[in-house]
Amino acid sequence: MDFFAILLGMVLVNNFVLVQFLGLCPFMGVSNQTSSALGMGAATTFVLTLASLCCYLVDHWVLVPLHIPFLRTICFIVVIAAVVQFAKLFIEKFSPLLYRVLGVYLPLITTNCAVLGLCLQNANKTMSFFQAGVYGLGAGLGFSLVLVCFSAMRERLIHADAPRAFKGPALAMVTAGLMSLAFMGFAGLV
Amino acid sequence: MQFLDDVSMWQLIHNSPWLSSLIALGGLCFVSGLLLGFAALRFRVEGSPLVAQIDAILPQTQCGQCGHPGCRPYAEAIATGEAINRCPPGGQATIDALAHLLGLEPLPLDAEHGVASAIKTVAYIRESECIGCTKCIQACPVDAILGAAKLMHTVIASECTGCDLCVEPCPVDCIEMRPLTPPVQVWSWPAPSHTHLIASDRAL
Repeated sequence: MDFFAILLGMVLVNNFVLVQFLGLCPFMGVSNQTSSALGMGAATTFVLTLASLCCYLVDHWVLVPLHIPFLRTICFIVVIAAVVQFAKLFIEKFSPLLYRVLGVYLPLITTNCAVLGLCLQNANKTMSFFQAGVYGLGAGLGFSLVLVCFSAMRERLIHADAPRAFKGPALAMVTAGLMSLAFMGFAGLV
Repeated sequence: MQFLDDVSMWQLIHNSPWLSSLIALGGLCFVSGLLLGFAALRFRVEGSPLVAQIDAILPQTQCGQCGHPGCRPYAEAIATGEAINRCPPGGQATIDALAHLLGLEPLPLDAEHGVASAIKTVAYIRESECIGCTKCIQACPVDAILGAAKLMHTVIASECTGCDLCVEPCPVDCIEMRPLTPPVQVWSWPAPSHTHLIASDRAL
């Protein structure tokens, strides 16, 4: 598979949030404002790409040669936690505003199941180091795309004249479901 | 004494899942720790030293009369440009110190946020009148009032900062502010009332 096909596949066809239903916590949590959604998307893309590459290296250089693939989950968690902590220090230094906006959701990228899910999926496929990076980038871009679209919709939905029972999270859930339906339409594209 | 050469060492690790697991996980954690330690030093963020300096000047009564929930938030607000004359417990001395630190003109105390009293006071609860409503306990920013619901309350005088916040909520008006009488250990002669101590003072 070439670069573009992987990217398109991860962004649209196998979108982590709307097709595979991974990483729903930040999807609902940080989608109140488009600006913070953009920041969260960028941070998650960074972590996904880096974690995908690191986990690939750990898997191919340590776990497979030592015949201990059963340690994948715990080793990947260690790697992801380290990468997220690194990203947190990095963002705190270079963008204090983004750091304050993301708040608790930044450390929570550690427990974002999209990251671990991506690494475990990658470990079960045969791919090169470069491809692992593209998978991570594609997953991150897909996550960001969906998060930004969803937050833009939610910003408008706040002012919508909805029945009281539907206001807030209920309307957000319905919207997310409809978005998911729309993304299912990309199935078979790649 | 038998030495293990490199190959047999590798064989040993290779054949024992326990050993290889321990080495892999331990090594991974060690490398991650090194990376994070390096990042923590490389990307260290110094908190604004100005806020800490302002906070050190403020009286730490946490009374909230400036409109902020405590002294630290007020220090942060001053650092971003808020007026320095909103602290009644600190009085003129605090304003002068802040003006000196920040290079601003010393202003008189903003009367909107309360008046400074020349003598230190502490709250005193007339215990025979107290009905035990706990409203003053909730108002106290420094937890200097002791008591429970429907039981008499009392003020821990050494903890009280004299911020007046408990006087207002009392439904039976049994709290009054009493001037603090210094204990004999720290008592000193009161300062002379007139300010012209020496001849050159008069010229100012």
